[in-house]
Amino acid sequence: MRSNLKYKVLGGLRRVAILLLVAWTVVSLVTLLIELVPGDPAVAVLGEQATPEQFQQFRQKHGLDRPPFFFSFPRDASGERHFEWHGRDNRYTDYWRGIVKGDMGLSFRTDKPVIDLILERYPATIELAIAALLVAVVIAIPLGVVAGTHRGTWIDNVASVVALIGISLPSFVIGPMLVYVFAVKVHWLAPSGRFHWSDLILPSLTLGAAFSAILTRMVRSSVIEELGEDYVRTARAKGLSENVVIYKHVLKNGLIPVVTILGLQLGVLLAGAIITEKIFGWPGLGLLLVEDGIGKRDYRVVQGCVLVISMTYIIANTLTDMVYRFLDPRIRVS
Amino acid sequence: MNRLTLIGIVIVLILVLVAIFAPWIATHDVGATNLSIRYLPPSSEHLFGTDSTGRDLFSRVIFGARISLEVGIVVVAVSTVIGTLLGALAGYYGGWLDRLISGYVFNVFLAFPGLLLAIAMVAFLGTGLNKLILALCIIGWVGYARLIRGQVLKVREYDFVQAARALGAGDFRILLFHILPNSVQPLIVQASLGMAGAVLAEASLSFLGLGVPPPSPSWGVMIEEARDLSTLQSAPHALIFPGMAIALTVLGFNFIGDGLREYLDPRQRAR
Repeated sequence: MRSNLKYKVLGGLRRVAILLLVAWTVVSLVTLLIELVPGDPAVAVLGEQATPEQFQQFRQKHGLDRPPFFFSFPRDASGERHFEWHGRDNRYTDYWRGIVKGDMGLSFRTDKPVIDLILERYPATIELAIAALLVAVVIAIPLGVVAGTHRGTWIDNVASVVALIGISLPSFVIGPMLVYVFAVKVHWLAPSGRFHWSDLILPSLTLGAAFSAILTRMVRSSVIEELGEDYVRTARAKGLSENVVIYKHVLKNGLIPVVTILGLQLGVLLAGAIITEKIFGWPGLGLLLVEDGIGKRDYRVVQGCVLVISMTYIIANTLTDMVYRFLDPRIRVS
Repeated sequence: MNRLTLIGIVIVLILVLVAIFAPWIATHDVGATNLSIRYLPPSSEHLFGTDSTGRDLFSRVIFGARISLEVGIVVVAVSTVIGTLLGALAGYYGGWLDRLISGYVFNVFLAFPGLLLAIAMVAFLGTGLNKLILALCIIGWVGYARLIRGQVLKVREYDFVQAARALGAGDFRILLFHILPNSVQPLIVQASLGMAGAVLAEASLSFLGLGVPPPSPSWGVMIEEARDLSTLQSAPHALIFPGMAIALTVLGFNFIGDGLREYLDPRQRAR
């Protein structure tokens, strides 16, 4: 019993350590990525024509005049690179200090705090992701169960091929096709925007489609695996009807790995949301990242969006892991 | 062999042939615009019709195969080599190297949606085919490394490895001639699915305007150009043909990968 507790504590500590390490890496990466910008970010934002004073003011306002990291290798007068130590007073620590206080700097374009821009857009992305998740679950569970219980028959084959086609059809093909059918041809739904509840239908179908295909395959193989277990034979031997066997026993156990996949695929969903939001002009984080951030070279906005999307993903993964452990006590210890 | 695998092989073969012989198959110049023939429906002159600037869609889709395959092959080849090397070293030697690679790098990459990382890198590096390939390789190698590490950990304990060691074989010889040949089977599946993934990623990034820049006939670029409402209204075929090209390509590689996986893993094989 004591060693059991020890394993739990150690496992928990390990998980927290990994979480912190990953968070540190993501923030560092996001901070240092701006150093990759070819040339000078100030020139990229303000353009070649700006005056030296404007450049100076811009760099000062956004801290770009300060050293990027604890040390650097600047060129001296003769063109040789040499090591220079800057101490704690650098952009890397600045960004960290800001993050701790919930401050992600000011937008290079609009001077608004990046955190405000993100909070304004965040609900739309979460709304889209949850709706897509629901679409996927509603399609995938019945389809996967039917395919799994009719393994090897034409029903299974059709379901499997449909799922593969769903995986292969990218959202940026499905999305515009849905727009063509429902907005251009029959005018039932708006092609883009987020004004009416019905505006959610096309984006969530688009984002959910590929996801439901992955999920269908998962549910199918999970159901097949569970059907081979001893308890299924016992349940059938007891004289339970096939429906009870499948829906009460098989599905309950078979959904455990599916929950994990759901959680792990959330990253795919969040990344996919970037494309879906662009297709439908859905005002979420993805659109903020692609149009306001990357499109207008507003690197502060890019940093903030990447940071928030990855953190959401990391937290969702951790929660998934906890739910998984709760559902299946066998894996709690090992 | 599985029928779907066969279909996959046929699709991929056609794709490869089309990419190699693109200049002979294409009927028009891929870049030549002509506003007087915009939005033409498919005909014998323009097999897939024309787009919003009067370019021949058939020729553009044909040349798009080159971009897709180029990105796919380079990304999968580079990722496989780097992934196999690092995964095998981590699995074989263990110790601090394994702790660094599997304990830290794998966890970080798992915690980061791959497409987002590619988008972030391209956003800061700038767009272009080479930067796109670089970004996809950086996110791609980890999957292969994880796979090979697991395989090596398993195969390392087999008797024939002990036998080879008893006969005096060195680490390098054991790893290269005894462990790796017995670890690569799942790698082939991963590489096939990786081709599908790379083709999809290239098209996605190009669609977002972060991959191959516009005048090039990348399928992702073509879809982005075809999805505004006026083009959708007058020329839906400008969306459908490149869309079908992407879907068929990805489907082909997925069919092959799936077929191979079933073939290699008897538990999944239909009775």
